[in-house]
Amino acid sequence: MGRKKSDAFSRFIYSNNTTGYFFILPWLIGFLAFTLVPFIMSFVLSFTNYNILSPNTKFVGLDNYIKLFTNDQLFLKSLEVTFKFAFISVPLRLIFALFVAMILNRKSKAIGIYRVVYYLPSIIGGSVAVSVMWRNLFAKDGVVNGLLQLIGINSQLNWLSNTKTALFTLILLYVWQFGSSMLIFLSGLKQISPTYYEAAEMDGAGKVRQFFSITLPLLSPIILFNLVMQIINGFMVFTQAQIITDGGPVNETLVYVLYLYRQSFKYYEMGYGSAMAWILLVIVGCFTALVFKSSNQWVFYENNARQDEPNKKKKGKKGAGQA
Amino acid sequence: MISSKRKFSVGMRTRRKLDTVIFHVVVGGIAIFMIYPLVWMLLSSFKPTDKVMTTVTQLIPDVWTIQNYITGWKGFGGITFATFFKNSLIITILSTIGAVLSSTMVAYGFARINFRFKRALFFCMIITMMLPGQVIMIPQYIIFNKLGWVNTMLPIVVPSWFAKAFFIFMIMQFIEGIPKDLDEAALMDGCSNYTIFASIIVPLVRPAMVTCAIFEFYWKWDDYMSSLLYLNTPKNYTVSIALKNFTDPMSSSDFGAMFAMCVLSLLPVIIIFLLLQKYIVEGVAASGIKG
Repeated sequence: MGRKKSDAFSRFIYSNNTTGYFFILPWLIGFLAFTLVPFIMSFVLSFTNYNILSPNTKFVGLDNYIKLFTNDQLFLKSLEVTFKFAFISVPLRLIFALFVAMILNRKSKAIGIYRVVYYLPSIIGGSVAVSVMWRNLFAKDGVVNGLLQLIGINSQLNWLSNTKTALFTLILLYVWQFGSSMLIFLSGLKQISPTYYEAAEMDGAGKVRQFFSITLPLLSPIILFNLVMQIINGFMVFTQAQIITDGGPVNETLVYVLYLYRQSFKYYEMGYGSAMAWILLVIVGCFTALVFKSSNQWVFYENNARQDEPNKKKKGKKGAGQA
Repeated sequence: MISSKRKFSVGMRTRRKLDTVIFHVVVGGIAIFMIYPLVWMLLSSFKPTDKVMTTVTQLIPDVWTIQNYITGWKGFGGITFATFFKNSLIITILSTIGAVLSSTMVAYGFARINFRFKRALFFCMIITMMLPGQVIMIPQYIIFNKLGWVNTMLPIVVPSWFAKAFFIFMIMQFIEGIPKDLDEAALMDGCSNYTIFASIIVPLVRPAMVTCAIFEFYWKWDDYMSSLLYLNTPKNYTVSIALKNFTDPMSSSDFGAMFAMCVLSLLPVIIIFLLLQKYIVEGVAASGIKG
């Protein structure tokens, strides 16, 4: 009897359902407590005038959303600034990353060193220290003006408080961190079979033609995927904008999350902030849908690469036999 | 015929050499351009502080001094950078251990065990990867505030112990590369999933765990937003929020000390990167996800 009981117990302990849930338990608890519950709360809050300092919380229906779009110039400004930031900096960063990856895609002993140097900014780029550095690079008496003077351009421009250049300095900081995209492109380039290029060369195609007819199409799924993912990440920019320019001058660099932060944690208008967060979610959701729509191309690429490999071997053998 | 062939090959060789030179000039040029600001900050931190912004175009200091590091280290409000570094280290190390251990467990569960509702739960996990943190930031603050956790390190450390979707995903991919026969044979021999996890999977996925540990380490070390939200007295400050207050243009004009502390704050991340860059490079290339 006792034995039977312990059998049932051990069957329970070692069953797939028990072990499965045992192993995923940390995630499951975290998901419920730190993601799902806040997620639902956030949705509910966005229809209230919740302020952590005031006790009278009321449902206000769609008022927050209506106010955002009809009666909040700063909100519209922050949307504009953020879109401008993401849609300029990400393509620039990717073009630059692809350019450098193309150059680096060859055999050389120095590649390792170059890779480290190029990747370093991506590692530290989000830190407060780099933002502080950037602020001083573009200060009126900073390095950029100093170097410009050396080459004969007498620049007295205060990059950070000029409405035309402030956002540009943030974009430049983002482009400066092109290293991780470059690594991704580099590993993509390595997967392209050299036989394509050999064949193209035989047919007399130049380097430029090879780039546009072979490299770009084969890399396009990776490029597209990274473009969308990084634009999404671009919407979340915060640290740099807060430390380097703090939204100024005249809100020219007031990025979305900075404004959300101010509403929710400076003025404690958390209902209003939640509504902003949900608008951000909708925007990000649209872009994520884009990724999934483009994913069939992504899969096609993977299959294609796998099918190629046996072919390549066969071709190699044939070639050797003929020679 | 023979001589023309030789001429051709000599031409090829010089052309290839020229190619190599051009390659190094272009790539090295870009590299110098990229690294220049960092070198400038590093060397400026050794200049006498009144010379930092007056000799911006000069890289090498005329007089080398470590005075900036001494004055900078004193911090502000009577609290030295020793405290800030200690806080950052505790938060970073505790979060890293928690995130890696819990994510490995969960990854094994999702990758190898068939349990009820697995597909639905896995789908939820993937969705959370796409969810912008800002959406749940405000309610999280409200919850942690209710729990009395604000102004402690708990809101920053505790969520890390409940597995990170990105790490789960990365370790899962690694586990899927391990032949299933291995754990099936162990199952036949009467091992339970628990023993398989501890004695087969964990030793084999160690490289993936290291990659995750590095990522978590430098995300947490650089993390600014949560310090800004949750730590509001200087004695609890992490390096990133302390640095922000220390370098505030309104209150500070000691550029030497400012740069000295910036350099120090970057050191842990850079050292880890240089020591373990193999893992990072592989991680980035394999996932292709992180910007």
